[in-house]
Amino acid sequence: MATGDLALGQEQGAMSAQSRVVNDFSINVATVNGSGSQSANSVLLKSIFGMGVPVSGKNLFPSNIAGLPTWYTIRASKDGYVARKRDAEILVALNQETAKQDFMALPKGGVAIYEEALNLKQYREDISCYPVPFDKITAEVCPQAKLRKLVKNMVYVGVVAQLFSIDLAVVEHALRLQFAKKQKVFDLNFGAVKSGFEFAEQKLVKHDPYFIEQMDKTKGQIIIDGNTACGMGAVFGGVTVVAWYPITPSTSLVEATTDLLKKLRVTQEGKATFAVVQAEDELAAIGMVLGAGWAGARSMTATSGPGISLMAEFSGLGYFAEIPGVIFDVQRSGPSTGMPTRTSQADLLSTAFLSHGDTKHIVLLPGSVKECFEFGYASFDLAERLQTPVFVLTDLDLGMNNWMSEPFTYPEKPLDRGKVLTAEDLNKLGGFARYKDVDGDAIGWRTLPGTRHPKAAYFTRGSGHNDSAGYTEKPDEYKAIMDRLARKFENARKLVPAPVVVKNGASKVGFIAYGTTDFALRESLDQMQKEHGVGADYLRVRAYPFAQEVHDFVASHERVYVVEQDRDAQLASLLKLDLPAEQVTKLRSILHYNGLPIDARTITDEFAAKEGL
Amino acid sequence: MATSTPTPKLNRIGLPILEYRGGKSTLCAGCGHNAISERIIDAMFEMGVEPERVMKMSGIGCSSKSPAYFMSRSHSFNSVHGRMPSVSTGALLANHQMMLLGVSGDGDTASIGAGQFVHLMRRNLPMIYIIEDNGVYGLTKGQFSATADIGSMLKTGVVNDLPAIDTCALAIQLGATFVGRSFSGDKKQLLAMLKAAIAHKGTVMLDVISPCVTFNDHEGSTKSYKFMQEHDDPINEVGFVASFEDIHIDYESGQVYDVQMHDGSSLRLRKLHDDYDPTDKAEALRTLMKSQEDHEVLTGVFYIDTKKPTFVDLLNVVDEPLGTLPESVTRPPKAALDDLMRTLQ
Repeated sequence: MATGDLALGQEQGAMSAQSRVVNDFSINVATVNGSGSQSANSVLLKSIFGMGVPVSGKNLFPSNIAGLPTWYTIRASKDGYVARKRDAEILVALNQETAKQDFMALPKGGVAIYEEALNLKQYREDISCYPVPFDKITAEVCPQAKLRKLVKNMVYVGVVAQLFSIDLAVVEHALRLQFAKKQKVFDLNFGAVKSGFEFAEQKLVKHDPYFIEQMDKTKGQIIIDGNTACGMGAVFGGVTVVAWYPITPSTSLVEATTDLLKKLRVTQEGKATFAVVQAEDELAAIGMVLGAGWAGARSMTATSGPGISLMAEFSGLGYFAEIPGVIFDVQRSGPSTGMPTRTSQADLLSTAFLSHGDTKHIVLLPGSVKECFEFGYASFDLAERLQTPVFVLTDLDLGMNNWMSEPFTYPEKPLDRGKVLTAEDLNKLGGFARYKDVDGDAIGWRTLPGTRHPKAAYFTRGSGHNDSAGYTEKPDEYKAIMDRLARKFENARKLVPAPVVVKNGASKVGFIAYGTTDFALRESLDQMQKEHGVGADYLRVRAYPFAQEVHDFVASHERVYVVEQDRDAQLASLLKLDLPAEQVTKLRSILHYNGLPIDARTITDEFAAKEGL
Repeated sequence: MATSTPTPKLNRIGLPILEYRGGKSTLCAGCGHNAISERIIDAMFEMGVEPERVMKMSGIGCSSKSPAYFMSRSHSFNSVHGRMPSVSTGALLANHQMMLLGVSGDGDTASIGAGQFVHLMRRNLPMIYIIEDNGVYGLTKGQFSATADIGSMLKTGVVNDLPAIDTCALAIQLGATFVGRSFSGDKKQLLAMLKAAIAHKGTVMLDVISPCVTFNDHEGSTKSYKFMQEHDDPINEVGFVASFEDIHIDYESGQVYDVQMHDGSSLRLRKLHDDYDPTDKAEALRTLMKSQEDHEVLTGVFYIDTKKPTFVDLLNVVDEPLGTLPESVTRPPKAALDDLMRTLQ
């Protein structure tokens, strides 16, 4: 790791130099869970965004309602890097309990803003310290003692804005968006921001190198979290039945979906064109999704790992009886309860093969909020076209954090409702066989309950069935259905989102990743280029089953690093099952699984070590 | 040899009973479930229900196989063990113009499916939920189920030492709006109850004692034909007059509890127990608990509420089935997305 350490040393060296560091640093805000810091963090994030500087925010919160420590990291990056950075240079210490520990963890040359009384300066001399009498300032602007805990957070926003040159008018605008129609709340909070700003102006002497300067890199961009983006995708995908059970970190996905449905999908007469049901558990949620999908609705649920485990039996029924449905899995750290508020990519294998028997599922892997939206609506088309459950895998990092994005574009193609026979069709055909491959695409035609034709009905079952949906235990009939299902899955390679390939030159080294690993890996590829002169190619997988391009990519490289956020190299394992034997030995893994989002430095260092650079 | 074929009797929508039949039963000869299938066919035929309007739902077990043996013209879904309620809920949300008929068993409902069963009852989803109740697991060769009575004995001599779950009491307590118990061997009572069930709007929960001739029809069983013949204690005599029928039945005044059904039909319950009021939840529960203590099998309609809003009412959805709403209704226009994008900038 000698070279890796050197690289890290260089970075720290740069920070301690007194040259200006502009639009390239992270702020870590340490607060107490339940203290209402979320609004302040969001306003600060949007203020930096408003300065035209690319920004990302990560909420590191405990599985707790109130009282435990929580951290929010805001990264400003002129180069547009939005992955987590291992070390934040600036600390805002509002949590007495973790203040010393957070302060000690700052890199050399870092900055600390803290409650005056904590007197953190006594512990280190290499940090630019800004003690602030937060409680005193807050008491002055907020006469109501009850609200002080909340308002205190806005004081820090003012202090930070002044210290790092964020335009107060930009903060005011962000604050106005936050409290859109609540003038009184706005006034109170802006008062707090201003007093923080004025205090810093009058009492603090700037002695650190960090500055925010106006750029134009966020113009026209939006800020949104992945869960809301998925919900928006579902709504623009024409979802009509939503059944769910609350679970972190997927709850806000359904809440966003419900809010949008209430806003966009109520008729002039006040009637809903949708149904949302909070089910008794995840078993019931997926049961409702399949019942609705069977009867013709675009139906969905959203869950996380424990819910996925509970949905196993039903998922097999959906696969075998060929029923559409969409399941969003916002992954969190397992196994078991694991760390419910920490991120992970460790559900890939369990969703791909969810259920007993020979079962495999379509799994979509969005790598940005824009893809959350796009795959959100496309998943319903795929589910109905392929008549099978479709899983959309995001994670806590993508789902619950705010991300910058280009605005989403309206779906180009009309809804694909798949192969459904109407009563008129049946009049012409005289009848049908539900599971017969009449078109050579391994997909049968189905009818919906309520189709008014004496030949419309068929018997849906999870037990052995033949082409005409009749019960069977005959070896050849069972095998024929299983083989057709395998063909259908094989054909899906061409229907699911194709991978995105970035060619960086004639390198013999390739990288494969999916989902949120993308943000860190793209930054890491730049580091590899800069630090080691390696220009590696990169393929981002966007769905399972894998498209042919994935095979071609591995075949055209000598070594392929699969980077993912789980312990057991699940993506690499899935690739190994799919690739020809001679390609398998090319795969190497870089794994990250401590519950925090993966960062570029981890990838670059491990790559360098493995390559002996 | 010329024989004249008699013209088959047609129901009010012009269908012969043949159009309500299903595939050949693969259950044991004499199984109570087959008799229940026959009564379902009779009730649907007599009520003139369009077969294409019915969704037949089931879980897993002998009982859950039976939807294959009636009404082939209706869509059917044989789902997973204990989970028919959720599949039914989803199906009805996709198309609430359909009639839901669920067939379950005592294992499927009271053990593995207890969780979904109680929540289904709580929602008052418009559906008919029938438990074909024989007190044993048939397909796995005769273990006790959770509705087996305490003291009941298996063929092997094993005696059940746990109390039975009374699914009717549960259903009443939780919010089902038409709850009754019948016996597969009582053609008249079961048919009347099924016809009333078809006319009801809300959750109908019928626990039908349906003896298992292979594993639970011996001396010592409390779910055998013999036991039922000896201990069946009807709380009321169930009479049903459909809205389209012009029949008048005279009873002595004060002897009949008359229920006006949602569709204009009337359910006439002739009192056999002193002043039993089938709209009083507490009385229903008290009566059921007492009958269990007395080792009698109370049958008849225990509880009915024709006013309570159903789950579909509460969801306030459009009249058309949600599943087949056109894209113009289900996909918001481009302007809506553009608006959302503006608010996020």
